Amino acid sequence: MVVKDLVNLEKFTPLCPMSDKEITKVFCCDLLSIAMGKAPSGSAWVTVMANINTLAVASLTDVACVILAEGVSIDDSLIEKAKEEEIAVFKTELSIFDAALLINNSL
Amino acid sequence: MAELMELNYTVSNEDFTRAGEASSDVKKKLKQLGVSPEAIRKVAIALYEGEINMIIHAYGGKIKVTISEEAITLILADKGPGIADVEKAMQAGYSTAPDKVRSLGFGAGMGLPNMKKNSDSMEIQTELGVGTTVTMVINI
Repeated sequence: MVVKDLVNLEKFTPLCPMSDKEITKVFCCDLLSIAMGKAPSGSAWVTVMANINTLAVASLTDVACVILAEGVSIDDSLIEKAKEEEIAVFKTELSIFDAALLINNSL
Repeated sequence: MAELMELNYTVSNEDFTRAGEASSDVKKKLKQLGVSPEAIRKVAIALYEGEINMIIHAYGGKIKVTISEEAITLILADKGPGIADVEKAMQAGYSTAPDKVRSLGFGAGMGLPNMKKNSDSMEIQTELGVGTTVTMVINI
């Protein structure tokens, strides 16, 4: 499944342009210290930690996309930053577990 | 060892919104040079962790990146308080980061171990009250 296919699951709202990057795995983590070392490149990273450092970690680890769970969102300045860095960011009302499960079952 | 490029950055004090600017720029340049994605990821992670460390602990600092055909060398120098116990600081989970930093999702004591894990060699020179210089080499 590629990143833009996530909208077909009808639970994920894109906050910035989507890509054709292949999603290889799902990764769940809210601690950036750990995500920095462990987020697999090409993964869909599900988190409730939404700040500018989340975007930096996403970019540097080359994750395929960021999924903000539990209705968490980012403001316009961060959306701009995500566009600039070409990071696909989605939001969802689902919990981290349910979001990750849904994506994992669709891979 | 022929040197292809040298890049210099200044990391400012306590500015978490700008953390990652150096790593992000180095990452772009390495991509242009055609360095392998694995090596780029290592450099990006090691450098970003170093940037965060300099912001949390050392009131900022300077970064020098040297790129040759064989390796990328990262030198991160600060005039911070120095590291009292390097061995402890190298243990995963040991942290002296303040709560403010933890609330941002950092400060879990993974920085230095992660830097070591992502580099082929790492050396720390530190003196209390004078500063710390971390040198990392990533082979390409």
